[in-house]
Amino acid sequence: MTETHSELFRLSAAALAEKLAAREVTAVEVTQAHLDRIAAVDGQVHAFLHVNSEEALAVAAEVDAIRAAGGAAAEELHVLAGVPIAVKDLIVTIGQPTTAGSKILEGWHSPYDATVVERLRAAKMPILGKTNLDEFAMGSSTEHSAFGPTRNPWDLDRIPGGSGGGSAAAVAAFEAPLALGTDTGGSIRQPGAVTGTVGVKPTYGGVSRYGAIAMASSLDQIGPVSRTVLDSALLHQVIGGHDPRDSTSLPDPLEDLVAAARTGNVEGMKIGIIKELHGEGYQAGVENRFNEALELLKGAGAEIVEVSCPNFKYALGAYYLIMPSEASSNLAKFDGVRFGLRALPKEAPLTIERVMAATRAAGFGDEVKRRIILGTYALSAGYYDAYYGSAQKVRTLIQRDFDAAFAQADVLISPTAPTTAFKLGEKLNDPLAMYLNDVATIPANMAGVPGLSLPGGLADEDGLPVGVQLLAPARQDARLYRVGAVLESLLEAQWGGPLLEKAPSLTDADADSSTAATALSHGGSH
Amino acid sequence: MAAINRDDVAHLARLAHIEMSAEELDRMAGELAVIVESVKSVSEAAGDDVPATSHPIPLTNVFREDVVGHTFTAEQALSGAPDAYEGRFKVPAILDED
Repeated sequence: MTETHSELFRLSAAALAEKLAAREVTAVEVTQAHLDRIAAVDGQVHAFLHVNSEEALAVAAEVDAIRAAGGAAAEELHVLAGVPIAVKDLIVTIGQPTTAGSKILEGWHSPYDATVVERLRAAKMPILGKTNLDEFAMGSSTEHSAFGPTRNPWDLDRIPGGSGGGSAAAVAAFEAPLALGTDTGGSIRQPGAVTGTVGVKPTYGGVSRYGAIAMASSLDQIGPVSRTVLDSALLHQVIGGHDPRDSTSLPDPLEDLVAAARTGNVEGMKIGIIKELHGEGYQAGVENRFNEALELLKGAGAEIVEVSCPNFKYALGAYYLIMPSEASSNLAKFDGVRFGLRALPKEAPLTIERVMAATRAAGFGDEVKRRIILGTYALSAGYYDAYYGSAQKVRTLIQRDFDAAFAQADVLISPTAPTTAFKLGEKLNDPLAMYLNDVATIPANMAGVPGLSLPGGLADEDGLPVGVQLLAPARQDARLYRVGAVLESLLEAQWGGPLLEKAPSLTDADADSSTAATALSHGGSH
Repeated sequence: MAAINRDDVAHLARLAHIEMSAEELDRMAGELAVIVESVKSVSEAAGDDVPATSHPIPLTNVFREDVVGHTFTAEQALSGAPDAYEGRFKVPAILDED
């Protein structure tokens, strides 16, 4: 392998696409470079639950053959053809296991592909494998995965965020240029913030959820994970748009998000700081980077205004009623009959009810059980109005707050998460402290509006990445890319390059050869 | 609103079909009491005049053409089942004999 090829994994998806189109590299070389990187570093990071080498290389070879043959087929290749991608293990794929991070689905293979996966296949993007997550996407640290936590590439003793810590860490550790995530209360954006990467939650209904294992159906959204704003736009363009198989899918045609990212401009734009989403409760280093981002946007011609969303203070509470209620219902299908685990009760009688209870006891982890019980409680007779009903009203109030805010500003801005990455284990036994990580990301899910998190720099106290969140009105995802691209280029000009250049290489002398060996045996083993 | 106690959790676990040990019930009751306490303010946030929102972007009359779409073979549908017999899901006794 030449020196150029060994560093292919450091390139963005857009740069790889250019090199592939110019035939400077082959898709097999690009895919192999990422598989080698996974083998070298995933023993430390544990971003992947399954590595899909054979299929990925076959798809790459197919792209290379089409390109080599030339003609119409080569011209019709998608711009991202041959650019590899990782898929969160909550999204079903033919030919690979889908676990949702849960023992209850260990070893299960889906007989169908999610719509987003079909679209990746249509674009001929090699799928590198499935990434780790909190069980059924319930968590903010990836520590609730039944298969062990993912580690933050910036500091292996810290969490990579959650629930999509695997996708974010894979991209941050240069194991994949792109990944798919899902965001119910911040599971794409918060991992993006703490790993120094980009993550986008599209408008609710903007990307089909057919084939995403549902947690909370009125909140869940699939979206892109990448290292640059442009790369997220490129991926969003592949997966977005109407799908008749998802009845919540918006019929609107997809805007040109790539053009928005390429022609970023904030001149004359009004950008609103949400009064309730910074200040008290936010780490000093997070506040500092956030304030600097505002200054940069101001310098680029944006007008910064302050908006107030007084009902956001109820968002977290309302979320922790709506989400578990919907989850308790969605997870009822894991009953030991149609798929996954079946556990038998220790004593007779062996009835289906008792088998079900034993299966769910053995198959679900603590956080999943906690949320199912909480949801069952919130939906039970006598409590429904006070809990679930009230929470739905709060949802209306949050939407009204957004409406009022967007009457004053084109986009809103806040820190993505109140703190940088915390230590593994630090909040594991305090569910409430864990839930607070999502305080700034939850309102977008409650109202269905799109949000983007991009790196804002490193906090002074701990040298760890800080995320800046942009929010736009529903169906205005293009604004996120327009503003995000400007802020990204201004920040990178200050840093002298992408933030991730400052991250540890993971392959220095401190990583001994035994970890690489573990990574190799780990690849594809479960 | 009443606080959640151990008996409530035991009842809810039965409703949710999750077997729980005594130790698990104690721990879960403690954790849920804290969470329920913290979400209490939600019930006082909105007045009677505020309508409920169930979906952020509601769509109505979502129809499709009445044509046969993709279907699974029985084999595909049963491929992930813990137990199957002659093209069907096989389950333990539905009713308790005694």
